[in-house]
Amino acid sequence: MSPPPRKPAKPKTSEEPGGAEWNLRLYVAGRTPKSIIAFTNLKKICEEHLQGKYRIEVVDLMEHPQLAKGDQILALPTLVRRLPEPIKKIIGDLSNTERVLVGLDLRPQP
Amino acid sequence: MAAARKKHAVEFRGIEKCPTGIAGLDQITYGGLPRGRPALICGGAGCGKTLLALEFIVRGATQYNEPGVFISFEEMSDELAANVRSLGFDLDDLVKRKRLAMDFVRVERSEIEETGDYDLEGLFVRINHAIDSVKAKRVVLDTIESLFSGLSNTAILRAELRRLFRWLKDKGVTAVITGERGDGLLTRQGIEEYVSDCVIVLDHRIQDQLSTRRLRVVKYRGSAHGTNEYPFIIDEHGISVLPVTSLGLDHPASTARISSGVARLDTMLGGRGFYRGSSILTSGTAGTGKTSLACSFARATCARGERCLYFAFEESPAQIMRNVSSIGIDLAPHVARGLLKFHASRPTLYGLERHLAVMHRQIEQFRPAVVIIDPVTTLMAAGVANDVRSMLLRLMDYLKSQEITAFMVSLTHAGSALEQSEAEISSLIDTWLFLRDIETGGERNRGLYVLKSRGMAHSNQIREFVLGKRGIELLDVYLGPSGVLTGSARVAQEIKEAAAMKSAARAVQRRQKELLSKRKALTAQMAALQAEIDAQAEAGEALLLDDRATDDQNAVERQAMAASRKADRPDSRPPVTRARP
Repeated sequence: MSPPPRKPAKPKTSEEPGGAEWNLRLYVAGRTPKSIIAFTNLKKICEEHLQGKYRIEVVDLMEHPQLAKGDQILALPTLVRRLPEPIKKIIGDLSNTERVLVGLDLRPQP
Repeated sequence: MAAARKKHAVEFRGIEKCPTGIAGLDQITYGGLPRGRPALICGGAGCGKTLLALEFIVRGATQYNEPGVFISFEEMSDELAANVRSLGFDLDDLVKRKRLAMDFVRVERSEIEETGDYDLEGLFVRINHAIDSVKAKRVVLDTIESLFSGLSNTAILRAELRRLFRWLKDKGVTAVITGERGDGLLTRQGIEEYVSDCVIVLDHRIQDQLSTRRLRVVKYRGSAHGTNEYPFIIDEHGISVLPVTSLGLDHPASTARISSGVARLDTMLGGRGFYRGSSILTSGTAGTGKTSLACSFARATCARGERCLYFAFEESPAQIMRNVSSIGIDLAPHVARGLLKFHASRPTLYGLERHLAVMHRQIEQFRPAVVIIDPVTTLMAAGVANDVRSMLLRLMDYLKSQEITAFMVSLTHAGSALEQSEAEISSLIDTWLFLRDIETGGERNRGLYVLKSRGMAHSNQIREFVLGKRGIELLDVYLGPSGVLTGSARVAQEIKEAAAMKSAARAVQRRQKELLSKRKALTAQMAALQAEIDAQAEAGEALLLDDRATDDQNAVERQAMAASRKADRPDSRPPVTRARP
């Protein structure tokens, strides 16, 4: 696991503290290239579509393995949309923006 | 058991084994699953693979001090939970005591959107966390193939599974992976190609309307293993696999002898009865007194103060006791004292394996010195002949290892060859008694002989087997020109012989008398002859005297005549003399 170029803070919250409307949690295992790509992609999508109303929480399962059970985490990275309900799970490095938007219900099913 | 394991470990040094603790499975795998490697257990739905995996974990945690992790990819069914509870395994308690960690991995395809590259590191993290939390040595992944229905990217899944199994090996845990049987493959997704060290296939099938579960070790790299299909059962004590033969043939052989309950039969068996711990088969056609003989043996056992367990498959205990009381065998006091125990069940009540398991359990609980199975032949209705044989073999092995004497009753069908119905088990039998009808003179009578009896000089004669008011008696039979004589023919023969002996004695007397009178007659005859001789001698004497007198007279007359003629030689002719007799 190579050291990441940029260190994602933990728990990572967005700049806008009032944006509790969208509560997103990104599960990763260590600072792998895949998790960094996922975080970058997520950040970009949120900034584009949910500006000002989102909150991202990054959970590193290497440090908190017990948290994997709760959200039934299996594949990594996994993005969990905790709010708004219902809970949605999106796995992968979020590189397919279209599918991420569909998964987040920001775009209707194609 | 521990010694046996140690022995196998020495025999197969090549690979270290992880004992499952499951009865029989450790025997056919020579010690258990490969330690530190993954093993695959696959089979169709409801074949018991989850239970086997769970038992592996629980027994590891409770018996071998090896904590375990159970990762389930399917909902834990109520049935399984109930099964596990009834096994006496308290999973919650094990979890509380940190001997077991459980995790249920649920994948819902509809909830998940796949958006690019991912791996299963999350699963690794969870398993790793579970292993670390209890310092597990054993891991079960129950139906990991469920992942394939939850995630669509099979390329990633396959690569990750390969990585997972390698990782488990590196962790040094003994893993059991279960898989659902697929078409033409051992598992639906062919994961057997990743788990190459040990593959066990379970099967649940119906044959002749009897359901049998079977287990087969398809592959075991680096180890010998039994290659056959072995029946196994699931009951309230978990899984038991029934190896066709137990591997060891090293049970003790007692030289102690025990009475059969029939004094004359003991005499036939080298004078001292059966060997303790031997297996005895009594076969015969219907109504030849097999059960009576068995009850007689049971009574003798209880009279010695030993326990006897009687498996009745045809008659109820009350019926058996009533019937044998008519020949003076009263078993009720022994039942009351707890020395005799009946266990009656219909052979068709359940499958053969379950019968065997029930019998095992009963024997373990009651610890008898003698076990009677009456009759063993009806068990054949509960299974295929080959299975019955292997079941009995296993049962007998068990009894021998415990030094329990087994007395089995077998019904031979009239008209069939003598050994036919027992062909399957005859080689397992140490002493084989045969009861048969002997039909003569419009009667059926019972005959008994010893077909074989290992290790003793036994009688080769047929005895008549008589059920009287005082129990069983064995009598000599008569050999006549028309075969053996029994029953009233024997009695008639006895009378005839006695009569013949009497008349012979009379004949001798008569002859003696005859001889005596003849001797007397001869003596009388001799006396008469002597008298005649004497008379004749007297007569001869008299004749001689007469003759002499006549000669003298003649001489006188001749001289007188010569004198008158003046002859010069008066005595020229000598007088006639007669010799005396």
